[in-house]
Amino acid sequence: MNIAVLVKLVPDSTAVVKIGDDRRYISTADLNFVLNPYDEYAVEEGLKIKEKEGGDVTVVSFGDDTAQKALRTALAMGAGAAVHIKSSGGSDMLGTAKSIASVLKDRGFDLIVAGKVAIDDDCGAIGPMVAELMDIPHVTAVHTLSLVDGKLTAERDIEGGVEVFESTLPALITAEKGLNDPRYATLKGIMMSKKKKIEVVEAESFESKTEVIKMSYPPSRPPGKIVGEGVEAVPELVKLLKEEAKVL
Amino acid sequence: MILIVSNSIRDLQQTTKLAKMTDKYTALDYYKLDDLLTEEERMIRDMVRSWVDEKVIPIIGKAVDEGRFPKELITEMAELGLYGATLPEKYGGAGVSQIAYGLMLQELERGDSGIRSFASVQSSLAMFAIYRFGSEEQKMKYLPKLAAGEMIGCFGLTGPNHGSDPGGMNTSAKKDADGYILNGAKMWITNGTFADIAIVWAKLDGVIRGFIVEAGTPGYSAPEMKKKWSLRASVTSELVFDDCRIPADSLLPEAKGLSAPLTCLNQARYGIAWGVVGAAMACFDEANQYAQTRTQFDKPLASFQMIQEKLAVMATEITKAQLLVYRLGQLKQEGKLTHQMVSMAKYNNCREALNVARQARDILGAAGITYEFHSGRHMLNLESVYTYEGTDSIHKLLVGADLTGIEAFR
Repeated sequence: MNIAVLVKLVPDSTAVVKIGDDRRYISTADLNFVLNPYDEYAVEEGLKIKEKEGGDVTVVSFGDDTAQKALRTALAMGAGAAVHIKSSGGSDMLGTAKSIASVLKDRGFDLIVAGKVAIDDDCGAIGPMVAELMDIPHVTAVHTLSLVDGKLTAERDIEGGVEVFESTLPALITAEKGLNDPRYATLKGIMMSKKKKIEVVEAESFESKTEVIKMSYPPSRPPGKIVGEGVEAVPELVKLLKEEAKVL
Repeated sequence: MILIVSNSIRDLQQTTKLAKMTDKYTALDYYKLDDLLTEEERMIRDMVRSWVDEKVIPIIGKAVDEGRFPKELITEMAELGLYGATLPEKYGGAGVSQIAYGLMLQELERGDSGIRSFASVQSSLAMFAIYRFGSEEQKMKYLPKLAAGEMIGCFGLTGPNHGSDPGGMNTSAKKDADGYILNGAKMWITNGTFADIAIVWAKLDGVIRGFIVEAGTPGYSAPEMKKKWSLRASVTSELVFDDCRIPADSLLPEAKGLSAPLTCLNQARYGIAWGVVGAAMACFDEANQYAQTRTQFDKPLASFQMIQEKLAVMATEITKAQLLVYRLGQLKQEGKLTHQMVSMAKYNNCREALNVARQARDILGAAGITYEFHSGRHMLNLESVYTYEGTDSIHKLLVGADLTGIEAFR
């Protein structure tokens, strides 16, 4: 099984994120970047399938040189090869997906796994777009996956139930939390990752059709109101919840 | 298109605020030492840090309360490759740098000194003794199993009447037809009771030699020393040898004289100097977060000058300790390390970590004595670490002797 896993470097989820001076992007100074948590599930799933079925896992990341940190982390977890699609200027979703699809299309991957969403821009678009551009089936937000006789069965949650998909290969899935329990990179894995070469491919350039023109903070929350203390406060609280907040 | 900051970023910001309210750990790196680390060193440090967050922090309070070493962590630590990490792969190691090894212990001790002590004894004392002084057969027989956590090791040098003066030991070895007969006792031995092998130092014809004693050998027992205020999540034992007969091939061929066990201790002390920085960083972060969220006189504690002075001094001492061990790691990697340099870092960092823990406990007020916070536990643990593997006084005397050429302790 020849597996590709798409990975992205994102700010650590506990980082204090500030908007940059240009008001169009976040300030990256003093931010700690890590492998996107959903991509950890994707890498783990790729490794589990490789260990069961044989083959190899190639991790792929699009971006400037910092993208290599995400690739190193995945290599340390056990991926066998890495491709860095190098782009210094960045691109919008469709442009990025086109670049990735153009690198993946002739490499004969049976399965492509991506995280459900990158926790930085929250778009969740790249995975499905790459699949569409490659003209292969995709299932998003998969929490259970099995592969039998060259077909995949993938389960995803929907409101009040579970959807079960069956698909031929090649196909692309995106990983939801709960798909597996991602392994830690071991000391040996980390040391070995140093010896693995990252293949660098210049990104084919595609025109960005959307542009971020402004980033702003969410409006600050209005201050809370204390209506009293103890049992005496309950009638007033109920009244306000009914009349002002309209939640009762 | 106008883009409001995405949901994820908003979530991130909310998580951050939440993190401030809870105890999400922020490691102090005031002088940006991260920039001096290699990519692998950072990766190793970050991996152990998140493992400690996930596996040690949630269970450690209960383990301490029960006075129990969490044995369930032994295999996991082995799988991560934390035992004998600096040794060559042939023996089960990962060949990591001395700084990576130090960072690993720093993170383990951020969890608990007992967990770090376990890893130190397994790696720097038991495995290192065999690696440095053992025969190739002994290395191949024991090291891969110790690295895999299938075997646990301990190290017996200190005796009941010989702490700072280990050379005066009473434990003896006598040659007989089939091997050696050991008699005597060791004390304060980490991992002793459940260790599969003990590296035991005994006098053979007046010369200190090292022996590998396997658990279950008749005449060998290792009762646990209970009722401790400190290192409660660590097993401390006596080792008792009563006409204990061991085979001839249990002798470590290359270890002759007191310098052999002291070489091993030097490895362990190097790790201690790093480890205690982790405990201090844990205490600092806890106190700093608490000071910012706890209000008195309608203001956060952190807004009072006397609290700020404490936090500033704590952060300064931690930064100095970090710089000390970083340079120590470089010197060790380059083979330029003297044991007196290790002594200086051991006594300085243990003392300052203990001071930081006490200050943190103070800032936490009454809450600082409860299990709800970690600083009290670190403070009590550090009392042991301050004393074991060479007391504060002895290490100062070693540096003093080095500076003046006069030994003041004999």
